[in-house]
Amino acid sequence: MQKFITLNGLVAPLDRNNVDTDAIIPKQFLKSIKRSGFGPNAFDEWRYMDRGEPGMDNSQRPLNPNFVLNQPRYQGASVLLTRANFGCGSSREHAPWALLDYGFRAIIAESFADIFFNNCFKNGVVPIVLPKAEVDALFGLVEHSPGYTIEVDLPTQLVKRPDGHAVHFDIDPFRKECLINGWDDIGLTLRHADKIKAFEERRRAEHPYYFA
Amino acid sequence: MEAQTLYEKLWSSHVVHQEADGTALIYIDRHLVHEVTSPQAFEGLKLAGRKPWRVSSIVATADHNTPTDHWEQGIQDPVSRQQVETLDSNIREVGALAYFPFKNERQGIVHVIGPENGATLPGMTVVCGDSHTSTHGAFACLAHGIGTSEVEHVMATQCLIQKRSKTMLVRVDGKLGKGVTAKDVALAIIGRIGTAGGTGYAIEFGGEVMRSLSMEGRMTVCNMAIEAGARMGFVAVDQITIDYLKGRPFSPRGDDWERAVAYWRTLHSDEGARFDQLVVLRGEEIQPQVTWGTSPEMVVPVGATVPDPAKENDPVRREGMERALQYMGLTPNLPVTSIKIDKVFIGSCTNSRIEDLRQAAVIARGRRKADNVRQVLVVPGSGLVKRQAEQEGLDKIFVAAGFEWREPGCSMCLAMNADRLEPGERCASTSNRNFEGRQGAGGRTHLVSPAMAAAAAIAGHFADVRDIL
Repeated sequence: MQKFITLNGLVAPLDRNNVDTDAIIPKQFLKSIKRSGFGPNAFDEWRYMDRGEPGMDNSQRPLNPNFVLNQPRYQGASVLLTRANFGCGSSREHAPWALLDYGFRAIIAESFADIFFNNCFKNGVVPIVLPKAEVDALFGLVEHSPGYTIEVDLPTQLVKRPDGHAVHFDIDPFRKECLINGWDDIGLTLRHADKIKAFEERRRAEHPYYFA
Repeated sequence: MEAQTLYEKLWSSHVVHQEADGTALIYIDRHLVHEVTSPQAFEGLKLAGRKPWRVSSIVATADHNTPTDHWEQGIQDPVSRQQVETLDSNIREVGALAYFPFKNERQGIVHVIGPENGATLPGMTVVCGDSHTSTHGAFACLAHGIGTSEVEHVMATQCLIQKRSKTMLVRVDGKLGKGVTAKDVALAIIGRIGTAGGTGYAIEFGGEVMRSLSMEGRMTVCNMAIEAGARMGFVAVDQITIDYLKGRPFSPRGDDWERAVAYWRTLHSDEGARFDQLVVLRGEEIQPQVTWGTSPEMVVPVGATVPDPAKENDPVRREGMERALQYMGLTPNLPVTSIKIDKVFIGSCTNSRIEDLRQAAVIARGRRKADNVRQVLVVPGSGLVKRQAEQEGLDKIFVAAGFEWREPGCSMCLAMNADRLEPGERCASTSNRNFEGRQGAGGRTHLVSPAMAAAAAIAGHFADVRDIL
């Protein structure tokens, strides 16, 4: 996993509640057996005027001028700013894969859906929950200042605005450590292999019918 | 000992290791695998040179990409076919307790085949790279969806890294009226608490209504826990649970059965157990439900009108409503029963079990779909459901009504196969998500129960099933 320590990035706004994983990456692209290459199809139905299918040359497709991420001023954004319950819907990890492949390393929202939130951490994408008032303020600042960037400092757990205003965000200490070090969960868990084996043997003895 | 919730019992019986901050390793009993969310996990395992920890925990099937007609022609879409063949070869290489490949008589939607084969048992942890894994909570399992990285993690370690969830009891008291089903209960709950209402919670569904539901009905409600934001929802074990499981292929037998049942009977929240949140609904007050927007919380009783965004005070919510109405091609204050439909879909892991098909058949019997309805798809959840329905003659009722009787799979719930809506088409669907584009780009989905879907097919527009019964 890619490490995440600090990020100073352009902010792109997506001013909606309940952005679901079907919107983030439509189902036809889930047929891929790879982990990469989903970026050009992130938000496909909102982003393009035609109907996207796997295998298309996305650079030739007509862009929807009304979709906010298509505006020139937001090209190269690495921080996505959005509203409540972002990532609701399915468990498809293709959603964070698509956002990461698009270029987003941090997502700031009022709240996230549980499975999506969890999936972000496995991919070096930092989901940051900020109070509604802070999110409201950021939407205003982004809209009125083209090229608006913010800094995400994971070790100190701060989102720093260019005007000096900094907001603290909460993050699970274990997940933070994994992100900062780029650790692989499986390797960490396998340090406890003996405990897993012992647990499994006890369980097999007590509930043999779960091991049929 | 202090009174425990069902969640606490299930959680504490699976903790392998716990850190001081509460981060725990949780043992996984059952790993359900399908073709869409597993290829990258198998590949990751191989690249790292790791072996699966316990292949006998794996039950696999192909369901999302499989066609629902002309099986003799195989899978026409080469990209879909490659994904299904990748699962074939991965399972061939790695092994599994059971694999129900495309065309197998026991193939079907992963959340239908687990329970019907007795591969989902009370007291288990059940995971799958699919958010509707919450379905299995109907059997008092700790069951939830995971992403592909976690699919790989479970394959490699038989564990997940987790923290305890908060607990919510959703109690549905009283009795349901005629024509009101488990689906209406699920939608009414989501309408009450919202699609983020359950975020961070594990929901236990209780009360007289839940106790009176069949296992099929309980699965429908638990299935949609994720639509209320909760990764998992579950129901305590009772005689209905035990009767359902007896004699299924992977259910315990003989002494093991007696031993298992004795344990399973302890799988309920103790008297006086404390929940972090309590939500109470009255069964008598729940009406047949119809969603009008692009989120499952945008739902009203069939007798109501389409809501008016002008009455919403929160600007972000108001804009969301306006956007939803525009996408759905609806205007505020329109009676729901005046909304005409183009297609009907009866199926999905929410509503494709035998009881669902029976409910639809009761309405379809001796009637015919309206002329303006172009297509009514009935897609059984599995080969076994299909066979049983045919034994009961339900297929003939559907065909006589002008409905299409298909082969099992996920089908138009998410339209990864050829079954889909065209732009602008409006569908009465028994599935679980009415998101933009979910059933096909530009398609308009209204979530309803199987009986309400059949009623809409007959009327050509939404209709109150209670007027027909």
